[in-house]
Amino acid sequence: MGREISSGGQKSSSSSSAGMSYTVEQLVAVNPYNPDILPDLENFVNEQVSSQTYNLDANLCLLRLYQFEPERMSTQIVARILVKALMAMPAPDFSLCLFLIPERVQMEEQFKTLIVLSHYLETARFRQFWDEAAKSRHLLEVVPGFEQAIQAYAIHVLSLTYQKVPRSVLAEAINIEGLSLDKFVEHHAANSGWVVEKGHGKSQLITLPSNEFSRPELKKNTADGVPFEHVARIFPILG
Amino acid sequence: MAMPYDYEDGHQQQSGPDSLSYDPSFVPDPVKSFVVHLYRHIREKNVYEIHQMYENSFQTLSERMFKDVPWPSVDAVAPFVDNDHVFCLLYREMWFRHLYARLSPTLKQRIDSWDNYCSLFQVVLHGVVNMQLPNQWLWDMVDEFVYQFQSFCQYRAKMKNKTEQEIALLKQFDQAWNVYGVLNFLQALVEKSMIIQILEQEKEGLEQFTATDGYDYNGGSNVLKVLGYFSMIGLLRVHCLLGDYHTGLKCLLPIDLSQQGVYTSVIGSHIATIYHYGFANLMLRRYVDAIREFNKILLYIYKTKQYHQKSPQYEQILKKNEQMYALLAISLSLCPQVKLVEETVNSQLREKYGEKMLRMQRFDDEAFALYDELFSYACPKFITPSAPSFEDPLVNYNQDAYRLQLKLFLYEVKQQQLLSGVRTFLKVYSTISMGKLATYLEVDEPTLRTILLTYKHKTHAVDSDGKISSNADVDFYVDDDMIHVIESKPAKRYGDYFLRQIVKLEGVMTDVDRVKLE
Repeated sequence: MGREISSGGQKSSSSSSAGMSYTVEQLVAVNPYNPDILPDLENFVNEQVSSQTYNLDANLCLLRLYQFEPERMSTQIVARILVKALMAMPAPDFSLCLFLIPERVQMEEQFKTLIVLSHYLETARFRQFWDEAAKSRHLLEVVPGFEQAIQAYAIHVLSLTYQKVPRSVLAEAINIEGLSLDKFVEHHAANSGWVVEKGHGKSQLITLPSNEFSRPELKKNTADGVPFEHVARIFPILG
Repeated sequence: MAMPYDYEDGHQQQSGPDSLSYDPSFVPDPVKSFVVHLYRHIREKNVYEIHQMYENSFQTLSERMFKDVPWPSVDAVAPFVDNDHVFCLLYREMWFRHLYARLSPTLKQRIDSWDNYCSLFQVVLHGVVNMQLPNQWLWDMVDEFVYQFQSFCQYRAKMKNKTEQEIALLKQFDQAWNVYGVLNFLQALVEKSMIIQILEQEKEGLEQFTATDGYDYNGGSNVLKVLGYFSMIGLLRVHCLLGDYHTGLKCLLPIDLSQQGVYTSVIGSHIATIYHYGFANLMLRRYVDAIREFNKILLYIYKTKQYHQKSPQYEQILKKNEQMYALLAISLSLCPQVKLVEETVNSQLREKYGEKMLRMQRFDDEAFALYDELFSYACPKFITPSAPSFEDPLVNYNQDAYRLQLKLFLYEVKQQQLLSGVRTFLKVYSTISMGKLATYLEVDEPTLRTILLTYKHKTHAVDSDGKISSNADVDFYVDDDMIHVIESKPAKRYGDYFLRQIVKLEGVMTDVDRVKLE
């Protein structure tokens, strides 16, 4: 009586057999609870790595399948998913992935390292992060774009916090110094609206692009807006 | 109704205290009358009567005659209902639900129940069902389906004391309550019912679904549509049990929680939806969303629970109520936005958790123990979905999933440890220099800078569209080495005020006009 699960939702199984008639995104949307798509999802992770793209839904789908069938888990793929998730910060994707990875797997050396790196980024300990990242190059350099993604996150957090940030703080956060930093700042001054001015002594102060979080006056006070329907009620009076 | 799952299931004998006193083929007259009438009401599509019998008669009979024995077997009652295949599937579903609630199912019974759900859902998915059933019943089906899955996973994960018989059965029926099967059935119900498209079209006025509470007044059946609808909530629940909060919330997207809907038509479904929605948002650090929804439902339960005192769901309602207060306490301790909480709910919260919340906001070891306690009390019963290893030594791994979620949650709490200190000082100053604040917090300046950055990062949640919103109750910005606190004055709603006064004045002028001067 060990009956086959013939649920009504059986779509075409593996896409590879039908010559990729569905894209991976479509598979995840339409037939995610299907062990046959596991190889497609693994290939997709590698594709995300090489083409510097990212798809959280597909990666979560794969981690779920690994959860259902632990013997098919590839720790290498999982590590890549986690590195991509780190690059998605400030989004909480890294935690979302960890929720789906068994504890004993998280105890492996490479995952412990990634968790430490995530911890440093979550608590804005950028100096410690870059130190540790330098020691773990083998883990990280397989994923192109890693450095830039983390630098973007660092700048994001800085711009939430600072109207004017001292150069030294910026340098530590993005791990760039000296002439390279000069070039970096010049580039953003020309293209991203950064403004450089003199701070105490010989130091520089950089004004990052304004946003509603660091400049309260910019915050649109939506609470005071009045919906049109409410105003429409008094038209008879005004007329 | 889903009951607490932690009962003993080590025994092998027939459920019931004394298998000799239970004769499955004996049908007492009240039962005969019950099935005959229920069958007739279903054939006549008399939803009101069906609901009465389902909610009341079934409970009364269970209480009177089947307190700790199962109902008569389906084979015994079948002759009274023309051996109707679909009715028998429905009866069996109720039969197993009663068993789970009052007794301890054996492994064989668990497997048989799975088979029954398969048959029942197959029939529905093939679109040959022509009934109208009450939403309560349809919700209970989905709810019980997910509950029995959760129960099975917990049962299966306790391998240590399994007998050889049980292990043999587990190996033989490895498809029963298989996670793929469960998820695919729920997904199939959602898809085949086209419920997502129906809800979309309803927004444009092209369909009627919510307006009729899901019932079909055109002579058709509501069963597939409503099962499909409730299956979205079922999927949210299963994904939470697996720890996949992001996908769970995605499954719920077609349902607009800011409005009434079919999900509010049954109190059990309303509570299950908000509980899991809130929990998922809590784990995603979207504290404001969680707080808002918990607040709404806790207020609703406070106002309406008296009407459910006699219902079989009452106990569950109370339990979930308490759990959500615990989750609200956690959310508010991590994100102190008290103005989001309504007064009644707030006073209840203070009563239950006021003292604990004060201690939780200290973020010391005692605080972490409290976060642990509340989380463990209120969290879903997480499961390990994979099949067990049958190798020696057999172990119990039913707590693994829960331990992982708890560990990761506490990890997040610890990362926010230093933020409450900052918050305290920001509330008192309008500007303060880095140096001074560093001294007060007893850290050096570089450390303070990282704490301030962390505060900003943790209080700015990212939603699924990548949009960033602040949930900070007190905020600041830094200018070189000066911290400027941003005062958040409550927004004065001038617009509304003027509108009201305009209308008022108009009223007064109209009245004055009416007064005839002599």
